[in-house]
Amino acid sequence: MVRYLEDFAAILGLRVRYDTAVVHVTLEKDPRAWNGHYFVLSDQNRQSYKCSCLLVATGTWVPNVVNFPGSEYVEGYETVSTNPEDFAGQTVLILGRGNSAFETAENILGVTNFIHMVSRSRVRLSWATHYVGDLRAINNGLLDTYQLKSLDGLLEGDLEDLAIVKDKKGKLHITLRFYLENRNTSAGIDGITLPQDELDNFATRAPYDRVIRCLGWKFDFSIYNRSLRMMPGRGNKSKYPQIKPSYESRGTRGLFVLGTASHSVDFRKSAGGFIHGFRYTTRAVHRLLENRHHGVPWPSTVYPITQLTNSIIKRVNEASGLYQMFSVLADIILLRENATVFEYLEEYPVGILAELETQTGRKASAGLFVVVMEYGRNFSGDDKDVFYYNRAVGEAQHAWQSNFLHPVIYYYKRLPTEREMRLHPPDWPLPRPDAIHHIVEDFLTDWTAPNAHILPLRRFLENCLSTDLRNFFAESCFLFALTRQKLPPFCQQGYARMQGLTGSERLRRHAVEAGLLEDYAVMDFSGDKLPDSRQGSRDHLLKDHVIALRPLHHFVNAKDEF
Amino acid sequence: MSAQEDRWVSSFSFLLFCAVSIPMLGCASLLQELSPHEYFSGLQASKASLAYFSHTVSAGAQPFLEQIENSVEALHDYGISVVKVKCPKEDVSRYCGKENALRKAYLFRGNVLIREFPTDALFDVNSIVANVLFALLFNEVKYVETLTDLQNIENALKGKSNMVFAYVPATGTAEHRAVMEVAFVYGTVHQFVLTTEATLLKDTGSKEPDVSSAQLLFCHCQQVTDLAQPCKRTPLEQDLTVLNIHRHLKLMGAPLVTEVAEDPEEVSTVHLQLGLPLVFILSQKETYEADWRTAEFLAWKLLGKAGVAILSRDRVNLNILRRTNVALKTPDEGVPIKYLLLEDTEEVITLVEDKSKVKQIQENEDEDEEDEDEKENDNQDMQDDQVVEAVSRDKKRELPLDQVLTLTEETFHSAMLEAAQTVVLFYASWEAVSLAVLQSYTEVADHLKGTQGILLSRVNCWDWPGVCTMENVTQFPTIKIYKKGEQPITYNGMLGTEELTSFIVLSQVSCPLKLATMDEAERYLRGELPSELSSYHHSLVLGVFSTATSKVREAFTEAGSILSGHVTTGMYFEDDVLALSHKYAVSPPALLLARSSSQRVEGIALSKENAQDIVQMIRYELLDLFPEITVQNLPHYLQLRKPFLILFSDGDIGRTESKEMLKLARGRSQQAFVSCWLNLKNTPVGRGVLKAYFATIPSLPALVWVNLHAGGQVFKFPSEQSITEINILSWLEKLKAGLEIPSSTLSEEDWKPPLPAYNFLQMMEAAAPEFTLHASSHQEDRQERQQLEGSEEKATVRGELTEEVGVKAEKAQGPGRDLRGTAPRLAGREKQARRHSEL
Repeated sequence: MVRYLEDFAAILGLRVRYDTAVVHVTLEKDPRAWNGHYFVLSDQNRQSYKCSCLLVATGTWVPNVVNFPGSEYVEGYETVSTNPEDFAGQTVLILGRGNSAFETAENILGVTNFIHMVSRSRVRLSWATHYVGDLRAINNGLLDTYQLKSLDGLLEGDLEDLAIVKDKKGKLHITLRFYLENRNTSAGIDGITLPQDELDNFATRAPYDRVIRCLGWKFDFSIYNRSLRMMPGRGNKSKYPQIKPSYESRGTRGLFVLGTASHSVDFRKSAGGFIHGFRYTTRAVHRLLENRHHGVPWPSTVYPITQLTNSIIKRVNEASGLYQMFSVLADIILLRENATVFEYLEEYPVGILAELETQTGRKASAGLFVVVMEYGRNFSGDDKDVFYYNRAVGEAQHAWQSNFLHPVIYYYKRLPTEREMRLHPPDWPLPRPDAIHHIVEDFLTDWTAPNAHILPLRRFLENCLSTDLRNFFAESCFLFALTRQKLPPFCQQGYARMQGLTGSERLRRHAVEAGLLEDYAVMDFSGDKLPDSRQGSRDHLLKDHVIALRPLHHFVNAKDEF
Repeated sequence: MSAQEDRWVSSFSFLLFCAVSIPMLGCASLLQELSPHEYFSGLQASKASLAYFSHTVSAGAQPFLEQIENSVEALHDYGISVVKVKCPKEDVSRYCGKENALRKAYLFRGNVLIREFPTDALFDVNSIVANVLFALLFNEVKYVETLTDLQNIENALKGKSNMVFAYVPATGTAEHRAVMEVAFVYGTVHQFVLTTEATLLKDTGSKEPDVSSAQLLFCHCQQVTDLAQPCKRTPLEQDLTVLNIHRHLKLMGAPLVTEVAEDPEEVSTVHLQLGLPLVFILSQKETYEADWRTAEFLAWKLLGKAGVAILSRDRVNLNILRRTNVALKTPDEGVPIKYLLLEDTEEVITLVEDKSKVKQIQENEDEDEEDEDEKENDNQDMQDDQVVEAVSRDKKRELPLDQVLTLTEETFHSAMLEAAQTVVLFYASWEAVSLAVLQSYTEVADHLKGTQGILLSRVNCWDWPGVCTMENVTQFPTIKIYKKGEQPITYNGMLGTEELTSFIVLSQVSCPLKLATMDEAERYLRGELPSELSSYHHSLVLGVFSTATSKVREAFTEAGSILSGHVTTGMYFEDDVLALSHKYAVSPPALLLARSSSQRVEGIALSKENAQDIVQMIRYELLDLFPEITVQNLPHYLQLRKPFLILFSDGDIGRTESKEMLKLARGRSQQAFVSCWLNLKNTPVGRGVLKAYFATIPSLPALVWVNLHAGGQVFKFPSEQSITEINILSWLEKLKAGLEIPSSTLSEEDWKPPLPAYNFLQMMEAAAPEFTLHASSHQEDRQERQQLEGSEEKATVRGELTEEVGVKAEKAQGPGRDLRGTAPRLAGREKQARRHSEL
């Protein structure tokens, strides 16, 4: 990890000031500053720094601490030994039930007497919730030893009710705060009632050698002056500062929160709290700032409309940002000029879709597509059976019921307003679109099957744009060019510009066999070469035309021939 | 006779009515149950009855009895009563006594026994009705087994009455029944002849008779006066059903040609009433007799398909263009009559036949539409993209790629250094157009095999997206040519073997070429220089500059590099440039052009000073005056955005025509339109173009004026006029003056989606926003939530829904279906066999 960061800094030539702890941040009003104020930072040496734009990527490093009687005996995850030998033969109690708690347990599992884990909530398995912040299978060896061998164990309970007392031998006993409050103060340790005194099969009656706290972390709010209004989030997001979907602080303009600390945007939903996710959201913030302060619009590529299906297929198969930051980052396709051309914007934060024009410097006047990846709604979640029969959808026509991560394309005739964004249905990442398409989930996460993936997508796009997006060989375009006043886009943008697709003779034959291309050359042969008698007779008819021309009025003589 | 016929017809219509309405009435009461005495005493003379006798129902006879009961209603329509005679136990009379007799049915007329039927001849309603009527209509329907019998009957009828000849593969079939039912009505009007011998069919004129299906021919014997002359026959081309036969006979009975003396809009004949088109021959006094014969001839040809009427223009004051000679009225209401100018009766016939074909298809579609809902979905997932489908049909074949180097991210850069010129095809292995181009690319590689200094390679961007992004490949396929030390050139021409090959070959030379001596310049113009290209036919341009024109020279240099690969450019600006320019009668700056198609060198003054303008000018100048239009070169001429004057020809055009057309093209009007010709042998799709213009292929060569970019009208040069410059010019004058009517107008329609998409939005909303397959475990939650919402209506809907989901989920628990998710669509593969037959 450290090496990765070093490489990163070296390649980009970042000027990093190491060994500097910012201890205070405050605002200084100044109309010359980009956002009307400067940020003034002071470090431990009282040196101050001034900037117009502040990117906070301090992570969540303040450990969560629970205060209860005896919590002084508890060791913290951040300081506890990582050497398993230090735990040999010991009985260990771990407070907490996240990945760090299980990681700690996993590390010492083989050498301890046994390990117990206590936490308020039930264990959440990431393969059931599709959230990497929940317990990953690589850490959950303890579940095996608990469920299969009845050695180690999990318990649910509120840590606030807990109390720990140390006996003379240095062993730690679990008791309840309730008993402690009623104790006889003069009696010392022996005077404390232990639960097993009343309930002799109390679960955690065995004394522990060590208690380790693995209760997670929170953002360090302490260094910000009140004027910055850095507020903790509500509910289970209280460990993160409140930010907008644009990663800008709700309290102060020009202050952006990046990295793990920005996870409030997609907490328990996507991967924004983890490096494989926030490296994409960070890039998105960079692009937003480029546009806001340097007039560099969001990077985009302009393609002819014939490339629409292909560009979507290419992106949903290759884009890591869409894939990792599913339902948070989206590709945006802006239609231009009567839908003959479109503009492709990659990995835009979907939460600020309404502000697209101001945030990217691009125009969305003629409708847009939003490409996101989604899991099936209600498929994954705490305690859900994610292995039930027929969990996977195979038919393209049932694609909307796909449960595994799959591309979803929203079509809007115009940009949704902020109000619509606020009122979007609870389970939807976006407001109700004018049309929606799901590309059916794929076992190989490879969405390139011509009939199951590409064809339904093309039909969707065609119907949104009210055009025909099929490919045609040059010969078909030739026919259209001479027999219709308008050409389909593929011919218009290819053949008519002298870039037609000639196709090999072999492919032409296949198309004829499929009934998708008429073979006019067949008419050149004489009738007997054709197995189909009806076609043969038509040929005959044609031949008649070529050989003998009989004007209608002179045809009378033919009657005798009949 | 005709009064009687009318009566028959009306009774027939009544029958038809009955046949339609009876199944609803369920006349079970029509089956009488009588004792033998009651039965035999009640028989009325001339009234037919079908009787069967039974003691108690024996098990074996049961199905037969059921069938007989079912046919009671059908027979009742023909005045035949069906009687079940209950034999008393002790009865040993003729019919009740013998055990054998109980397995038969008896047909009586009055009290005369006409026939007895074994039960196995009466296996279903069709066979019962067919056989009973067959027995009753012994005289009206003659059964023949040999050709002589048939001919005897035919000869006997000549000059007297017509004959209806039917072939059925077996008696007792539905077709047999249909023939008999019609014979019941028409039996006194026409002589019916029936056979089951396929050999008789062979002689009736149809070359390859399909002996497995029944056929019916109407033989026009009444008007035959000469015994040696055979009767004309008109086959019924539809299935043998009562309705179709009835319709056919009605049509045969209608007058051959109707004389009309009123507005065609008002005319109505049997044909129109029966849903067939009516063709009007527009005649005048002078040609009336001849036209009548034409009409008669046509009527025979169209018998059973359309009616023919003859209209004398002199008698009706019609505002119809004098030039039209045929009108077509379709039975569909609201469709205006089409007035046409046709040259040949065959054209009329194809017109009618195509129309009826189209109509039939439409009818079929209409029928299908009722059970279309499900099929609609089937169609949606059927591939209708010709390129995708063609490529996927070819996917099992391994392409011969040994001449093409496969590059990866690692080998890409080193490979660029190997040959003087490396061609790279960037493609995606999932993308159809890329794969189609890859096929042509292997052909290019084949052509260029062994050419020094050219390396053909490919990069699959699906495997190596990195290198494709690095090389700025944003769409597939992209073809680039890399030369050492130069910016790569992106190919932007036709994606075909020939065009790409020629581009690669011509790109070997860096253009424009600087020529140092007069001799070099001359050799260059003869195509001998540069030597690499001497064996390729190609167009060349030589820029001739005096030393003073450096600015133009720079622009020309830029233009030359833009045109590189398409046109070879060279420049000459030595001191003796005037000698060269004198030779070609130009003064510098000027261009000397040598087209690939001719040896002549043309000189043009160069007035433009901008590279793009020069490119445009060279492109324009290289276009032929009177080109043969092909799939490959049409776009060049389309870009001029002018009307087209196309001479369609089957094979090469005649010398005189070619000369006249060339004269025309050279003439003053050449700026206004593109004159070209199309060889149907080289460009068969031209037939498709002609069909779109005229519905049929007109006589060739055909000269056609197409307003491609303005209005889309198509005009055909009168074929009786010879193709000369003067004729064409005067015709064009008439076109301009609006004196000609267009043969057709090109569709202005936009290209709409060929089929609808899946409406997932609707499906999702119908299933409530939070709906998923796995909702069953959350039923309780949801119901609670619903109560909170307080919307009862919603609650019931969702309640039902969750129930449904429950059922689904239960089903889903069943074992053995677990592969569905991992190997999806395998089951659905069969569908792939069905394809759209049209674009």
